[in-house]
Amino acid sequence: MLKKDLVIVGGGPAGMAAAIYAHKNGVKNILVIERDKHLGGILNQCIHPGFGLEYFKEILTGPEYAQKAIEKIRSIPEIEISLRSFVVRLTQNKILTVLKPGALEQIKAKALIMATGCREKTREMVHIPGTRPAGIFSAGLAQKLINIEGFLPGKKVVIVGSGDIGLIMARRLTLEGAEVKAVIEIQKESRGLIRNVVQCLNDFDIPLYYNHKISHIYGKKRVEKVDVVKVDDHLNSVSGSEFTIDCDTVLVSVGLIPENELIEMAGVAMDKKTNCPTSSELNTTSISGLFVCGNSFKVYDLADSVSRDSEIAGKQAAEYLRNRS
Amino acid sequence: MIYDIIIIGAGVVGTSIARELSRYQLKIAIVEKEEELAFGVSKSNSGIIHPGTQNSPESLKGKLCVQGNKLIRKISRELGVDFKEVGELIVAFNEEDISLLEKLEDDGKKLGVPRLKIVNQAWLQKHEPNLSKTAVAALYAPTAGIVSPYRLAYDLAENAVQNNVKIYTNSPVTHIKQLETERDSQAPFEITTPNGTLNARYVINSAGLFADEISRLVGIDNFKIHPRKGEEFILDKKREHITNHLLFPLPSKTSKGILVIKTSDGNPMIGPTAQDVDSKEDLSTSDEGLKKVLDGVRRMIPSISENDIIAYFAGLRPSAGDDFIIRHEDKVPGFINVAGIQSPGLTAAPAIALMVCDILKSAGLKLKKRKIFHSHRKKTIHLFASSLRKIKNFIKKDSSYGDIVCRCEMVSRKEIEDAIARGATTLDGIKFRTRAQAGRCHGGFCTTRILKILSENLKKAPTEITKNGAGSEIVAQERDHA
Repeated sequence: MLKKDLVIVGGGPAGMAAAIYAHKNGVKNILVIERDKHLGGILNQCIHPGFGLEYFKEILTGPEYAQKAIEKIRSIPEIEISLRSFVVRLTQNKILTVLKPGALEQIKAKALIMATGCREKTREMVHIPGTRPAGIFSAGLAQKLINIEGFLPGKKVVIVGSGDIGLIMARRLTLEGAEVKAVIEIQKESRGLIRNVVQCLNDFDIPLYYNHKISHIYGKKRVEKVDVVKVDDHLNSVSGSEFTIDCDTVLVSVGLIPENELIEMAGVAMDKKTNCPTSSELNTTSISGLFVCGNSFKVYDLADSVSRDSEIAGKQAAEYLRNRS
Repeated sequence: MIYDIIIIGAGVVGTSIARELSRYQLKIAIVEKEEELAFGVSKSNSGIIHPGTQNSPESLKGKLCVQGNKLIRKISRELGVDFKEVGELIVAFNEEDISLLEKLEDDGKKLGVPRLKIVNQAWLQKHEPNLSKTAVAALYAPTAGIVSPYRLAYDLAENAVQNNVKIYTNSPVTHIKQLETERDSQAPFEITTPNGTLNARYVINSAGLFADEISRLVGIDNFKIHPRKGEEFILDKKREHITNHLLFPLPSKTSKGILVIKTSDGNPMIGPTAQDVDSKEDLSTSDEGLKKVLDGVRRMIPSISENDIIAYFAGLRPSAGDDFIIRHEDKVPGFINVAGIQSPGLTAAPAIALMVCDILKSAGLKLKKRKIFHSHRKKTIHLFASSLRKIKNFIKKDSSYGDIVCRCEMVSRKEIEDAIARGATTLDGIKFRTRAQAGRCHGGFCTTRILKILSENLKKAPTEITKNGAGSEIVAQERDHA
């Protein structure tokens, strides 16, 4: 079995900041495990500007922000990086089982930082009634399809939820020639940044319906239309307020869930509601020497804050290793 | 060329019949209207191999179910299908209902259901600890089991093809004409699909929801298929061990009730509802359905939470009265209806296939065994169902088993490429065969990669790749890079 002083799972902004700062604080034997074929995580598909003002003191796009961290981490020879590598199992005593093309490896970590980010809530988790045709995407998947793969997911789009990814995708789809017919938000206000409501919707005259929800999705093979209905303060439908929007695509942007199934498997105490570790101090868990940072610790608004707090995880792991030896 | 037999409909019934008939020296084809097999009624089957209880002792359903429960074990071994005998409990919540359990037990015994027994509250609390403490007794049927309904259909079809059965997909039957009778032989049928015509001496109609419409094409209009919708909700794999058995309430007249189902994928499933609908295409789910299912299962397992649900779907049962319709239509010699195959149709399918063989024999078809019948197929590899030691060996043999595409369900590129080699052409086909996209993120991370793998392997443009057939293309267009 391979042995490492520090293993970091996830090579997005959180994992990279944690690795760099663990090294800065004296850890010399570090492995970063990343499932994708590049470092950078979700930043790679966020090609809009708005990153880096706090952390790098300049306005960057997602890939630019990632690149700065990648250059830094690549310049440190003591940090080993394993790409296209999936952790499929984690035990309480920090043994990881990793699958990658051509190998299954087991690695014992003295200290472990999990920087596994989030997944998007799905249409299924908010229970939108109706059929299940092609044309229903999470906003992040649509973003990946356009920005990474070069496909337009659809031409007449309704977006559910006004979180930042949904707002940014409204603008992105419009720029790509799709017609964004509406953004539907069940709450009284957007969960996204105000600047995104202004720059992504208002500037493009895209209607945003607060206190509304999609009550039904229609379509046999591909989405054909959706019913929209107003909701009252208790989120119950207001009868008589229904209207229909013809569309071929529904984007779902209804929030993020920390991707913490591995630490749950290892027996870390979890908050069932948020899927985050229950914790009294930033980045710590119920298992000593097992840290969680970035969006898998709590859902952040800004990548800059993720980097800042994840540096602390690097320091915490270094300190843990020092006290241990 | 004239086929000896054409089977209309490639669900679990059609593929079971095809595989059984492929033992004999016959030219056989299956025609299927959808892009892939098992895309009709079978894809939303619950996957339960029923023991035979909850059927009237006189019914064809009951008889074929008990027989099918025995046959499915051998078929599963031969085809490498994961069959698990998990047992079922039909639960009673008050003392008066125990007499109803006894009635079910009696009916079951008359049908020959083995090892039935009524268990008491103490037994239940020991063997099914999450069951509501208000449950007083249950009828325990240890021979109940689970399989993956679509993987069973795919494996049956694959084995049938190994034995020379031909499958035509995307071929909805629009006309059937019986040609003039030749001397001393069965008058052949001419079957028309948009892709052309096929001829066969015998036609087996296992067209599921559309069996009445197919039957009418030959002028037999003696039954009607009523679609009855069932909404089902799939729970996160983390809840795999929420029950140890399949849990049933006492049955009503029209359905077996809302169940807690174990599945061979690991994810528990709750449902189904039972609602008569007008349209054979109404696969929508509803808020009311969710509420009904949650209320129903919480009576049995109070700890089931709405937050455990990761996916849901609706299916339509092809109901045609109380019992199955399996018969030779004497008015149209050579035409056999296999219709109204709702629950326990999956369990009964192997027995239905044997019954159809007998019907064909009576109708004058000679069944002569092939010299070589390939009875076995190589078990499909699923990493999610394999030990780490085995996974290590798979990767040693082919490195792409280590290339994970779907992280929620642990599905490798090799498994996806295998599924394509075995006939998957759509995202849903990949999902049913491999479970990729079926987990908690619902394809959020892996859809793009699967789209590309399908595109490369099928040599089609990504814009041509569909969810489940023409009209369900995933992406509208490639971006203009000019």
